[in-house]
Amino acid sequence: MKDEILLGDEAVALGAIHAGLSGAYSYPGTPASEIMEFLIRKSEGGKNFIASWSVNEKVAYEEALGVSFAGKRAMVSMKHVGLNVAADPFINSAITGANGGLVVVVADDPGMHSSQNEQDSRFYAQFAQIFCFEPSNHQEAYDMIRESFDISEELGVPVMVRLVTRLSHSRSRVQPRPPRKQNTLHYGIGKEWTLLPVNARRQFKLLLEKQKELVELSDRSGFNSLDLSRKNTALGVIASGIAYNYVLENYEDEAERPSILKLSTYPVPETLISELVQHVDSVLVVEEGYPFIEKNLRGILGFKEKTVLGKLDGHLPMTGELSPEIVRQALAMESRDKLYLNDFKIAARPPQLCAGCPHADSYKALNKALESYSQSNVFSDIGCYTLGALPPYNAIHSCVCMGASIGMAKGGAEAGIFPSVAVIGDSTFAHSGITPLLSAAEAQTNMTVIILDNSIVAMTGGQPTFASGEGLIKIVEGLGVKTDHIRIIEPLPKNLEKNVRIFKEEFDYKGLSVIVASRECIQEVRKKKRRESR
Amino acid sequence: MKQDIILAGVGGQGILSIAFVIDNAALKEGLIFKQVEVHGMAQRGGAVQSHLRLSRDQIHSDLIPKGAADMILSVEPLESLRYFDYLSPEGIVVTSRSPFVNIPDYPDIEKVLSQIQNVKNKVIVDSMRLAQEAGSTRAQNMVMLGAASNHLILNKDNLMEYIRVLFRPRGEKLVEMNLKAFELGRAAAADGSSPLDRS
Repeated sequence: MKDEILLGDEAVALGAIHAGLSGAYSYPGTPASEIMEFLIRKSEGGKNFIASWSVNEKVAYEEALGVSFAGKRAMVSMKHVGLNVAADPFINSAITGANGGLVVVVADDPGMHSSQNEQDSRFYAQFAQIFCFEPSNHQEAYDMIRESFDISEELGVPVMVRLVTRLSHSRSRVQPRPPRKQNTLHYGIGKEWTLLPVNARRQFKLLLEKQKELVELSDRSGFNSLDLSRKNTALGVIASGIAYNYVLENYEDEAERPSILKLSTYPVPETLISELVQHVDSVLVVEEGYPFIEKNLRGILGFKEKTVLGKLDGHLPMTGELSPEIVRQALAMESRDKLYLNDFKIAARPPQLCAGCPHADSYKALNKALESYSQSNVFSDIGCYTLGALPPYNAIHSCVCMGASIGMAKGGAEAGIFPSVAVIGDSTFAHSGITPLLSAAEAQTNMTVIILDNSIVAMTGGQPTFASGEGLIKIVEGLGVKTDHIRIIEPLPKNLEKNVRIFKEEFDYKGLSVIVASRECIQEVRKKKRRESR
Repeated sequence: MKQDIILAGVGGQGILSIAFVIDNAALKEGLIFKQVEVHGMAQRGGAVQSHLRLSRDQIHSDLIPKGAADMILSVEPLESLRYFDYLSPEGIVVTSRSPFVNIPDYPDIEKVLSQIQNVKNKVIVDSMRLAQEAGSTRAQNMVMLGAASNHLILNKDNLMEYIRVLFRPRGEKLVEMNLKAFELGRAAAADGSSPLDRS
């Protein structure tokens, strides 16, 4: 088969297709979105396999679980914080076990390029007590997916593949393997999948019994490699994922390399680690994310008479992503010569709302409306509109997690904040805003929810939304928001005064109001125009 | 043989189109490459960059180490400075001299250019004027690719082939315009006594 140029995300997707994938589900989130975008392109409208955006990560996980129950291969992909949303089915799927192969791909974002934290998904794999792969390059990302499906089917457990931004969004060449067929339909066994305590206790025991096998599997895995240097017994390095590349990058002469354990599987390969540690005096652990391997290594008692270097002792930074030069420093090598700009200060160029963005007009009207109140608070959510926190808008005061704006506005209002305002996008509303709005409608809380309906998932590149236009209004009505206080505005400069008035009317209404600011994303408008002009 | 390139610009200037052309030309020439790009929130109207590494041999890191880049190829002058610490002291800066001003504190352009002048090897091109000459200011990225092409380890014909592949879906007119932009950039960079020191 011909080599292909693929993003790390796309290598995962192609690996899944060639491994006999039947169903894939996801919710958009940087840096994982490109997995599903690739799958949707290749599914030819569901003819080859099912590839579909879900309303949120929990739903995506459950849809994948249904495919696995049916005996077919399923993949669910998401960004790291998405697994928080899907944590309930994720943890419990380790108890039910997998029937058809079930692979969960999670893309972590060390350095928080596009995220609110840099949580490390390997802890989730450990928490659920399942196997986890961490690729260091594109070919491994492609190959590990097939092996993940195999392990999942052989041991009857879900398998995680952990990516990081710099692999997800790096492009390189991949050599594909011949594709294999999908599984045929074969139903799961009811008592394994019905987690009544009587069944769950038995299933959990089964999972625990598999743990030893998972460690052995890790020790045997061809993706791990141990190179012991006869010359250098002072320092050994354990490096996982792309951190392994950063170590190698710093040794132009292979003969100069220290002993290195390339670690790509979890639970950690205990025998391989022991072999390395016995060979050297001190061990440097280089890993992207939290000090996961390092904590395993140190434990409470640790390896006596050996020194462990890593993030916990400040040898490497605890925050941010690694880089070749950070690792170089940890290897006690001199830094390369480089150019310096003497006293020239480079102005920052932060991301910003596009020219003509409807959110900009919504924020202008909102800011103006709030001028009449001595105090107020705008709880925001996750999307392009979070950029409203930056100048020139400075319009929002919080952004925590998907859907938090509405729940926080209710809590804030109940604590005495007035006006208490929530700002949320249409897709984020569908993802996690419906249930808190139901709560606020039931309580008739004195607050105003502004739904910025641009009819697309904009920040992640224009994926379809589940709640927009008429459908969105019907949901809001159905949740019990009073029809008189569901207002629709068109955020345009010419409507500024009118919109300010509507905002103020609803702030002053003693109860729950929802204002839908409806205008299509300017990028989507342009894309459509380009398509039409062809 | 290897070449490490930092591509720089502002979101929307078409950095990834430059990367597409170089990646595919490299694949055709049997080179190994890795190319890191920026997606998501970091992209909107802000500074964007891509690390592009070409080599005959295995490439380890996806990111270029600081002080190791052979080239900074930038569609915007201020953005070329943002990644200066990545450039090897022997490396070359190929940059546009046309500022993209979307921030209130954009520095004096003459000061920006004089910083670039301090580098040993540089090519500074009026990408705005040349792109207009080719037919659209949006073609500045291809002007800059053309300007860099004299210094890339890739065959010019292969670069041009993938410019065709990239723009063909948008019609023959756009293909021709972008090829012209490429040629104008290439000529502007090569024009003169020392190709390494043009402004």
